This record gives sequence, C-alpha cells and structure tokens, in this order.
Amino acid sequence: MASTSHHATENHTGVKLPVLEREKLILSGRSYHWITERICGVLENRQPLLWWLLFIPSALIAMIGVGGGLTYLVSTGVGVWGMSNRVFWGFDITNFVFWIGIGHAGTLISAVLFLTRQNWRTSINRAAEAMTIFAVMCAGIFPAFHVGRVWFAWFLAPVPNANEIWQNFKSPLLWDVFAVSTYFTISLIFWYLGMVPDLATIRDRCKPGLRKVLYGIFALGWRGGNRQWSHYEMAYLLLAALSTPLVLSVHSVVSFDFATSVVPGWHTTIFPPYFVAGAIFGGFAMVLTIMVPARFIYGLHDVITMKHIDNMAKIILLTGTIVGYAYLMELFVAFYSGAIYEMDAFKFRIAGPYWWAYAAMMSLNVLSPQVFWFKACRENLWVIMVVAMCVNVGMWYERFVIICTTLARMFLPGDWKTYSPSGVELMTFVGTIGLFLALFLMFLRFLPCINIAEVKWTLLESDPHFDDYEEHPDHGVVKEAAYQKELVSTK
Amino acid sequence: MSTTRKRVYGYLAEFKSASALYKGAEKIRDAGFKKWDCYSPYPIHGLDGAMGMKRSILPWFVFFGGMTGTATAFALAYTTQVVIYPTVVQSKPTNVFTVPAFFPIMFELTILFSGFTVLFGLLALMQLPRFNHPLFASRQFHRATDDGFFIAIEARDPKFSADGTRDLLASIGGANIELVEEEDA
Repeated sequence: MASTSHHATENHTGVKLPVLEREKLILSGRSYHWITERICGVLENRQPLLWWLLFIPSALIAMIGVGGGLTYLVSTGVGVWGMSNRVFWGFDITNFVFWIGIGHAGTLISAVLFLTRQNWRTSINRAAEAMTIFAVMCAGIFPAFHVGRVWFAWFLAPVPNANEIWQNFKSPLLWDVFAVSTYFTISLIFWYLGMVPDLATIRDRCKPGLRKVLYGIFALGWRGGNRQWSHYEMAYLLLAALSTPLVLSVHSVVSFDFATSVVPGWHTTIFPPYFVAGAIFGGFAMVLTIMVPARFIYGLHDVITMKHIDNMAKIILLTGTIVGYAYLMELFVAFYSGAIYEMDAFKFRIAGPYWWAYAAMMSLNVLSPQVFWFKACRENLWVIMVVAMCVNVGMWYERFVIICTTLARMFLPGDWKTYSPSGVELMTFVGTIGLFLALFLMFLRFLPCINIAEVKWTLLESDPHFDDYEEHPDHGVVKEAAYQKELVSTK
Repeated sequence: MSTTRKRVYGYLAEFKSASALYKGAEKIRDAGFKKWDCYSPYPIHGLDGAMGMKRSILPWFVFFGGMTGTATAFALAYTTQVVIYPTVVQSKPTNVFTVPAFFPIMFELTILFSGFTVLFGLLALMQLPRFNHPLFASRQFHRATDDGFFIAIEARDPKFSADGTRDLLASIGGANIELVEEEDA
C-alpha cells in the first residue's frame, strides 16, 4: 500500500513548503501493455472455477425465481403475491425501489465523479455502470408485473387507450415511467459509448474468426485517432453532465410516488434528497460487494487498489450518516409538526409489529457504517465486505419499512392489516438477485470489466509533457500524476 | 483475371511515448498538413492544440436536440391533457397553469433527446460505424489500442510526397515508418 508522505519543497521565493504527494492510482509501475493484458485476460482466459461456482447457482436461481415465479404469476393471477386490499404495494415496490437505488452508484461514479475530476473512478466505473444496467433491469420487472395483467403494460406508454383516454401527465406514477425508462436508456448509452475504445482493444487482440467479427461490430471501427478522441471526450463529458441531474431526478421522482400522497409516513418533503442519498449509499455497498470478490478472483490488485476501496468506504460512511440524519429528521418533524397521524405512523414503525424491520434498518444502515471512521476497518477487506452486506440488507429494509408499515396502517382502523409476502413473491425477489449476479458474471466473462483506456490515462507517463519533467526536473515542484497536473495548471 | 491494384493510404510512423507524439504533432501541424491524425490508446489531453484542431461542435447539436425534447414533452403533455382530453383527477384542474406538473416529464425528455443526440451526433462526427479502414491493413497498427503511439499522414493531403513526408516523419522521431496501402480491386 502506498503511503502518504510529506516532502519539503522549495518554491521560487526560496520558502520550503510541504507538499502532499498523492497515492498512485495504479500500483507497481505497470506498463500500458500489462494493463491491456491483465484486463483483457479476464475475458480471454478460461474462467476460474469460482466463476462457475457462482454463475451456475445464480443462473438457476434466476431461471426458477424470475422465470418460474413470473410464469406462475401470469398464468394464475396477481393474487399469488401477498398483496392485499390495504397493502397493494408490498414486496414488489420495495424491490423496485431497492434495485433502482442500487443502480444509482453506477451513474454517480461515472458521471458525478467524472465531472469533479475524481480520477480514482476509472478503475471501478465500468463495473459500476454494468451494475446500474442490470439493477434497472431487475427493477423494471416489479412495477411491470404488479399491475396484474402485464400484457396491458403498454397503457403506461403515452398513447391513448380504446376510449381515447390519455395517460395522466400529472401523476407521479407516469413521471416514474418516463424517469426510469430515460434513466435506463441514458445509462445504456453511457456504458456502451464508454466501452467502445476497449472493445476495439479486444478486437485488435482477437484472432480472425467469429469473436473478432462480433467485437469488431460493437467496436464500430474505432481507431483511437485524436480526431475521434476529441469528439469522444466531448460526448463523454456531455453524457456525464446529462446523467448527473438525471440520476438525482430519477430517485427524486421515485420518492414523489410517496411524497405527493397525503399518507402519513410518506407525505414528507425530505424524501427526494433522502432517497437520493440512500440510493448512493446502497449502490456503493453493492459496488464493493461485487468488486472486492472480482478483484480477488482476477488478481486486479494493482488496478483496483486499497485506495479505491478506502474512498468507497468513506462515501459509504458519509451517505450512511446522511441517511441516519434523514431518519431522525423524519422522526423529529413528525413530533414537531404536531401531526398526530404522522407521529402515530412513526410510533407504529418503531414499536409496532414491524419493529424488527425498523431495528434492522437503523442498525444496519446507520450504525454499521460508523466503523469506517477507523482506518483499520477501511483497510480490512473482511470488515468492508461485512459492512457492505449489512448495508445491502439494511437498505432493502428501509424501503420495506417505508412502504409496508405505512400502508398497513392508514387513517381508518378498520383497514388496518399486517402484510406478509407470499412464497411466489419471495421467490421472485430471490430470483432477481440471481438474475443480477448471473448478468454481472456474464459481463465479467464477455466485456472489459475495467475501463482500459481511462486507467492508462491515469498513469504518470500519460501526460504529454512527462518527458520534459523527466529531462528537466524542477526541484521546486513535486512530481504529480497526469491527472493532477490538470488541476494544478488551472490556478 | 483478378488483378489487385494497391492504392497508397499514407505513411504510418510510431512514436515512443505520449510526449514524443505530442512534439511530433506540433511539427506536423507547423509543416501545414491537414489530412493526418495521431493515434493513441487513451485520449491525450492537450493534443488537440498540438494538432491545431478546433473544439468539438457536438455541444451545439446536443443543445438543439435537448430543446427538441423539451418542446416535444410540453406539446405531448399540453395537447393530451388540456386540448384533447382534460383529465380531472382529485378535482385538480387541467389548463396551462398546471404546467409545473409537466416539468418532470419535460426534464426527462430533454435528457433523453440530448442523450440520443450525443450518441448519433458523435457517430456522425467520428464517421463511424465503419467496419474496415485502410489502417487496419498495417502490421503494427493493432498496437494503437494497446500501447502504441502513431501518426498517420494521408496521401490525399496536398502536402504529401512520397519521400518528403517519410523524411519528415523520420526527422521528428518517428520509428517503424510504414507505407500503408489499401486494397483496391
């Protein structure tokens, strides 16, 4: 692990200033060719045994859970899910919000960290974007099927039905349709365009044959000329600039489904920022959950360094604390507003029959990440994996608490009912976990899981002025990596 | 009967590092060449200036693409909700003053149309997709997506000459200079 060291340097006035040298993003002084070999090797070599051990069960769970569960649902009727007259949004919308939230870290890493010049994103952004795509695919299943007769899902599209009645454009549910489908489309474009130069790398390494033709088609004939790179980088910047407000809007719109209602426990203005923070929180936990094992399986330690993991742990700590603040603020507003229904909803959440879900949410989401205040915990991969798993589970419980405890007790005591999921519902949810993992493992198998071009760009010698610094060392300046000179030169 | 006539695409020269490529690009720019390009495995920042290139015009496309999206969403929402079939839900009116309720969809379609403009505008500007290129016939060009830095000067450049261009590339530090020919039936 690279250490942070202080240098005493001299500037032009002769005053010695300590300058912090940043940790390197790629360790062991790896060459461009090494990076290409190692990352392409992941998909060119035979997959390790562990890959098969993970892939086969995931694919089976996906087939049985999603394939079987949905077939049974469609052939029998939506009544096989545990939804009732009162809790008409049960497990399914919990799962939808959960999966959509997972996706957000992918866009955040790609777009927000790109705009803020956080170059450590380069090692993890590809996998995180893939995670976004697959998570949104899992998410889409639930709202589509919970409507009951899924073959009428086209009612959501802006075309009139047989009575020439149009969709209600003032409804948050329709906003949701637009937001989620736009989000999926833009994420897919962002992911694919970001992959084009790397697909060309793989194409150029393939022996002539079907593989070369297929990678060649998807690489679009990319040649890496600067006249292409120039437009390409502008496109990437534009997509990042478009995705940043988009990612904030998507989860805000998801939260409007709740917040624009008058239901106690949902009708809160804190929902949009709280949902966004929670989404980033849960998403980063999922990135760690899948990247730490992938790094181990494929020996990517020099590309995904402990520094990357440390940064992600810090983001989890920050967003987890924001989420904790939101939980307490919700509670405070319920108390301070004097709205008895609101306060009652919270009393029910904390001390009612769903107290275990609330306790799980609080302890897993708010307390567990607090260990990341300690450096030793951020450096221990076991601790990191345990916390990431806690957050994954905790964030699912958060959505469950919001949706189910609220619907189980609305205004009229005559309506009160508890909710428990049916076997088919559980099976479908577990199935989407299998689907997500299977898709991600397929991604590792067939596509470059790390952004080859951008990782090369973070190397010291990628700076076009690197040779000048080498030949004429200026003792007043501490050597910094290419990605940092950009920032230095703007002052 | 088949005779294969070869047409010269241009010269391809390898440079040893990003710095060498950068300096070479400045010299070729100053020599007045137009039809040439630098090839690298990653984007080299600052090379646009060294090559004398203008900033990409993609943002203009995207601006108008995005505006089209905004207008489309407004037209869709207004026409359907106010003109064709005013839906009154929970006694909320539908008229032009309810436009804030359309903002989320207007926002989303702005982004969606902009995103598509980025994709198709980029492909148009890069003149892609194309599935073959004379440079792919080169024996060393595959390294441009791995660890090679190249400059290719095309034969259709008015300043191109068989010997002069070769000497220029050699004089600015180009190695493995190769005459790339495309097959022309």
